[in-house]
Amino acid sequence: MADALAGPKTVTGPMIRAWIETSAEVFAANRGHLSDLDSPIGDADHGNNMNRGFNAVLEKLPEGDDIGALLKSVAMTLIAKVGGAAGPLYGTLFLEGSKPLMGKTELSQADLAQFFEDAIAGVKKRGRSDVGMKTMLDALVPASEAFQAETAQGGEILAALRAAANAAESGMKATIPMQAQRGRASYLGERSIGHQDPGATSSYLIVQALSDAVEKASE
Amino acid sequence: MKKLINNAEDVTLEQLKGFGLAYDSIDVHLDPNFVCVAGGVKDRVALVSGGGSGHEPLHGGYVGMGMLDAACPGQVFTSPTPDQMVAACKAVNGGKGVLQIVKNYTGDVLNFQMAADILRDEGIEVRNVIIDDDVALKDSLYTAGRRGLGTTVVAEKVCGAAALEGYDLDQLAALCKKVNTFGKSMGMALTSCTTPQNGTPSFELAEDEMEIGIGIHGEPGTTRSKIKSADEVTEILANRILEDEAYTRNLSEWDAEKGDWVDVEVKDIVFQSGDEVIAIVNGMGGTPLSELYTVYAKLAEVAGRHGVKILRNLVGNYITSLEMAGVSITLVKTDDEILRLYDAPVKTPALRWGA
Ligand SMILES: Nc1ncnc2c1ncn2[C@@H]1O[C@H](COP(=O)(O)OP(=O)(O)OP(=O)(O)O)[C@@H](O)[C@H]1O
Ligand SMILES: [Mg+2]
Repeated sequence: MADALAGPKTVTGPMIRAWIETSAEVFAANRGHLSDLDSPIGDADHGNNMNRGFNAVLEKLPEGDDIGALLKSVAMTLIAKVGGAAGPLYGTLFLEGSKPLMGKTELSQADLAQFFEDAIAGVKKRGRSDVGMKTMLDALVPASEAFQAETAQGGEILAALRAAANAAESGMKATIPMQAQRGRASYLGERSIGHQDPGATSSYLIVQALSDAVEKASE
Repeated sequence: MKKLINNAEDVTLEQLKGFGLAYDSIDVHLDPNFVCVAGGVKDRVALVSGGGSGHEPLHGGYVGMGMLDAACPGQVFTSPTPDQMVAACKAVNGGKGVLQIVKNYTGDVLNFQMAADILRDEGIEVRNVIIDDDVALKDSLYTAGRRGLGTTVVAEKVCGAAALEGYDLDQLAALCKKVNTFGKSMGMALTSCTTPQNGTPSFELAEDEMEIGIGIHGEPGTTRSKIKSADEVTEILANRILEDEAYTRNLSEWDAEKGDWVDVEVKDIVFQSGDEVIAIVNGMGGTPLSELYTVYAKLAEVAGRHGVKILRNLVGNYITSLEMAGVSITLVKTDDEILRLYDAPVKTPALRWGA
């Protein structure tokens, strides 16, 4: 395993492409798991939605290293093809995150931090939601905060991404005792308590995939 | 699972093909899937809706003269996607803008919003109006808010007639919002239902149990109890509707001046003695009509006790949940405008009169 100091100083176009490909693999492998999580508090389709969505994303992904263009393509495919709540929300995440990155073939650590922030702001606005409501934001927001905290302490990109993935995983688990306040699960009221949120789980998987893709590329 | 299907993955597609063959006045488009009035729309606002399949005749069955111009069916119980809505709206846009009627389910609301954003970028004026009339849900702060039920049918009928009368987009959106605040619904289930994809019932109900306060996607309701008589069930649903307090919530709306989606506070009416209503006694797909008439008899009595007079009614399957047995009741307060538009001619597969 590469130690933190040996990690990359920037995130490149090929790394972002690897992230998207890794995400697609992860959703193929976790399709059943995510839909099972969506069964007690939803309609048992979240894994199918994410798997279908990322398969379409791979088909439509353009050539080249323009990171903004890559992420925008992910967004537009997820928006057009996934449906449910997750399609527009993940679509918005990638769309808002991609806007300042158009034309860039390399991202600095600050660019990445900004990507997380813009992406999260987009989800919050579109979903009229925030942390603590038992949604994907409960994994995404801690991830973004951990990325910034590690960066502020002098950690490099890979260390910050690992911290983000760990925080996303804790955030995902922290949704178990929460009562859902958004989405289908909210109709269940107290009966939504005790179940891990499927959207927070897919969000953790996406953050982990980014960390893994960057780590692998720098080995 | 025992169903009259071929392959679970093909049900939406196959039903669309049959639907297209059954009705000459309706065009069916595939990939992206939508149905629309043959011949398109000229020089007036177009009316588009959509939602998951499995609620037939909603929405495709309401496409036709005097009601919807296009409908976008999703997979069973899954919201349609923006590419469908964009294609449907473009197909029926008559140059005066498009009103999208959206039932309040997170997936539907968000996907119709994304579609509106895309259409606006392409120069088509769009308004989305949300229908959220399910009184089984009390709270909007800590939930996704009340779901859209039977008021949707009345909104589509009334707005379709208004579009033909030449209402402009703002007037039509205002009318649709009025119908939403005038309408309240509540449903119950005797049995669960099974989507072809999942193959097993979405919740379990014992032989002697019923579920009150259900939505239309096989989601469980708010309370489960031992089964009661038709009269008792009707009393529960009708009283909840007739005694529902003024429900206030924020709904997302496009603000043309700000160029952004904003939250707008919306407040429902409270039914009062002297009110006149349109009533729907709706089967969930698996209820014999005979049982629905039994419910209607009791509903008329309970409404009368509250001083509420039923001027028009629909008894039958109008917004269903696959093969579920159960009933939902909808009451929409009328005024001169709503009644005139409701009575105007309509010719669709599922609703037709005066034409
Ligand atoms: N308003 C919201 N803001 C943020 N995340 C949300 C919101 N509503 C739902 N979610 C997330 O979406 C996930 C569910 O996504 P899924 O793909 O299953 O869509 P869905 O709810 O089934 O949509 P539909 O009801 O249209 O079928 C939830 O686990 C939650 O994390
Ligand atoms: Mg779901």
